[in-house]
Amino acid sequence: MSEAIFDTIDGILMIGGSIFVVLAAVGLLRLPDLYTRMHAASKAGPVGAGLLLLALALNAGSSAEALRAVAAILFLLLTAPIAAHLLAKASYKVGYGLWPGSVLDEMPRVRNPEGEDPYYDEEGSQTGLALHEGQAGEPAWRRETKDRRPRWSDLRKR
Amino acid sequence: MTFPQFAEAFYGIALLIAQGLLGLAFLLVIIRIVRGPTLPDRVVGLDVLTSASIAFIALVGIETGYTLYVDVAIALGLVGFLATVAFARFILTRGQTEEDAFEQLPFRDPQSKTLSRTSQGSQP
Repeated sequence: MSEAIFDTIDGILMIGGSIFVVLAAVGLLRLPDLYTRMHAASKAGPVGAGLLLLALALNAGSSAEALRAVAAILFLLLTAPIAAHLLAKASYKVGYGLWPGSVLDEMPRVRNPEGEDPYYDEEGSQTGLALHEGQAGEPAWRRETKDRRPRWSDLRKR
Repeated sequence: MTFPQFAEAFYGIALLIAQGLLGLAFLLVIIRIVRGPTLPDRVVGLDVLTSASIAFIALVGIETGYTLYVDVAIALGLVGFLATVAFARFILTRGQTEEDAFEQLPFRDPQSKTLSRTSQGSQP
């Protein structure tokens, strides 16, 4: 009888864990942005894997195996947020943008905090210094005509 | 149908459902890894792939009753964590996004810039 109860709990944990993993994958595929994708992936993924490891711990014969499964769950829950935080920090610092529909960026990027940027003049076109120092990007006549993706700074101006 | 019979049948069906769902999760994550427009998207996809692999290994351990698979899952989690940290360091030290690299490419050389301007000027 107790074995039947354990089997039922195991089945529920297995289905629940795999549903969490599938939801992480769907969120990774459907969400528009690196940061929102990470929001889906780094929470639901470890929870799904943890539920399946918990099912294995309940199913295990000896207590040593169950303890190892619980240690694996603890390890997953410790490392997943650290990895996600490092990746998000690195990609934000490098300049991967937020989705243009985001409503709040608490760490906005400023091109040059002290005064003017020497590489750009008032009209937003590049100066000769940028060309001289090899930092020239696209010329302004081209940048204005190109269909570029809207950025967070555009929304803020309106 | 008594409760032990129900429990046994439910256990078998739950194993099958969990395997199918995890296979679907693998497929969706691999679509994101192939399509992912930037490198961090692919790294997040690899992270989820590691989680799904750990879940699948746990499922195989449940099905075969061979609990040595837990050690494999722990080792895989460690390797996945270190891989994500290493990729984060790489993204940080590379210092530019794909858009930056693409925008800088053809315009570093003034000669090529004048060439592109004349070719653009022929069609106003």
